[in-house]
Amino acid sequence: MLIKQVSVFLENKSGKLSEIISILGENHIDISALSMADTADYGVLRLIVDNPEKAEKVLKQQEIIVKVTNVIGVAINDGPGDLAKILKILKDNSLSVEYMYACVGKIENSALVVMKNNDPEKALDILSKEHVPTFDVKDIYRV
Amino acid sequence: MAIYQKHIECMPRQEIKKLQSERLVWQVKRMYENVELFRQRMDEKGLKPEDIKGVEDLSKLPFSYKQDLRDYYPYGLFAVPMKEIKRVHASSGTTGKQIVVGYTQKDLEMWADCMARQISATGGDENSFVQISYGYGLFTGGLGAHDGATRIGATVIPTSSGNTQRQIQTMVDFGSTILCCTPSYAMYLGEAIEEMGVKDKLKLKAGIFGAEPWTEDMRAAIEEKLGIKAYDVYGLSEIMGPGVSYECEEQKGMHVNEDMFIPEIIDPDTGEVLPEGESGELVFTTITKEGFPLIRYRTRDICSLNYEQCKCGRTFVRMNKPTGRSDDMLIIRGVNVFPSQIEEVLLRIGGDVTPNYQIIVGRENNTDTLDVQVEMSDKIFADDVKSIELVERKIKDQIRSVLGLGAKVTLVAPKTIQRSEGKAKRVIDTRKLH
Repeated sequence: MLIKQVSVFLENKSGKLSEIISILGENHIDISALSMADTADYGVLRLIVDNPEKAEKVLKQQEIIVKVTNVIGVAINDGPGDLAKILKILKDNSLSVEYMYACVGKIENSALVVMKNNDPEKALDILSKEHVPTFDVKDIYRV
Repeated sequence: MAIYQKHIECMPRQEIKKLQSERLVWQVKRMYENVELFRQRMDEKGLKPEDIKGVEDLSKLPFSYKQDLRDYYPYGLFAVPMKEIKRVHASSGTTGKQIVVGYTQKDLEMWADCMARQISATGGDENSFVQISYGYGLFTGGLGAHDGATRIGATVIPTSSGNTQRQIQTMVDFGSTILCCTPSYAMYLGEAIEEMGVKDKLKLKAGIFGAEPWTEDMRAAIEEKLGIKAYDVYGLSEIMGPGVSYECEEQKGMHVNEDMFIPEIIDPDTGEVLPEGESGELVFTTITKEGFPLIRYRTRDICSLNYEQCKCGRTFVRMNKPTGRSDDMLIIRGVNVFPSQIEEVLLRIGGDVTPNYQIIVGRENNTDTLDVQVEMSDKIFADDVKSIELVERKIKDQIRSVLGLGAKVTLVAPKTIQRSEGKAKRVIDTRKLH
């Protein structure tokens, strides 16, 4: 299942990150993963939340630039070499990883990784064929 | 300092007026016959060439504008058949499209005279070594100064712009005595010369600097750094190029070459001619130009004219350094920039929606800086930095291709660009040049 990731444009000014996070908190939106990509002038904050539609709506109301994109969640065996195996599967199927980051929480003995691919649908398809477990937001909250 | 054409440059005012009247009558008549737009504007005012009997009738004539050069691009305003046009030059227009000007052989010779008068006023003659560090090409600076230096019989060193180390090496080895470039480049050269410690190896005596605004403080700094006297030169491609007016050793205003150009100062809002000495928009009429003549051309430069006799002996009226513009044009590193040109680039990038933007012009180490801040929008935003950087680069590249200028482009959050009464403030110029 594809996960809807909420990305936010952040100007490099102090207080900007806390402003976004506060808006989400006030609206009872729970964050289960986040990553920041930054340059000298701005950053892109990426969030996995329990209610992406609501998050998009409340942030846009505050005139914050938001974009929702499809990513996938991969549950990786928490052992040496396990991530490498998955990356090889993707590579062998001409899929690239644009970025990835870890998720708070675990499912059994797996680490949870959020991944953006050049073709998320195909990536999901390939991984399920190779019996690599994927997860969606609901699963995270079961831990 | 020698006066290159004393019989003209020191002509009694009455005679200048008489000469201007004769030439104006000639110009109006031939333009009415050969330039469609001028004929239309005369007809709209119910004017015939016979109604213009001398300079006293000048204010009756219709104005011409930079927009005309765009509307009749490229050759629609030329007053002679193309076989008589021996050279064209071009500069940037208000919205990306360049404007084109043309010269007959006689025009080129008169232009050379203008620049020869300037070089002579700085002490130049056939013994001079004139280094021309203006860009050569469609820009009028390089070739304009080149022809003037050739006319005076000097040894011309056509280095063109760029490559500072080699410019200085050339200056030292070839024994340049006069330097022509933009004032900011002169400053830059001055600093590089200090760093290289070669000031005492220079033979430079004078510099002729123009094509962008500069201050008296800058003049003092350039004179000190290069050990020269720095002269201001004024010009614009539409009228001729550098040498429309020139400074003498008194350094108190630039003498307008009144045998070729009649200056007027008008109120930019009403178009009325202002009393002598008042500050307003500078308007030029070219009374000798054959190829591309203009009547009452609105330069948009704000300045005043001084008819007092100059101590140098020249009788030509002096204009002071322009103190501003009556439109929104900026001069950045010698390039004419209209905010609308940048707006057009952004419009294309934003997918037919102009994002909010602000242009910040500053000066660092005596070089103009151009910063363009663009408010991030849904259309431009992406979840990865790579795509955003691609947009920034695209804006930067297109600004470079439209203006020929490098800009720093920064994407900022929405609503962060300062607004005054609901309208965004588009340009912030922190250079304090006037």
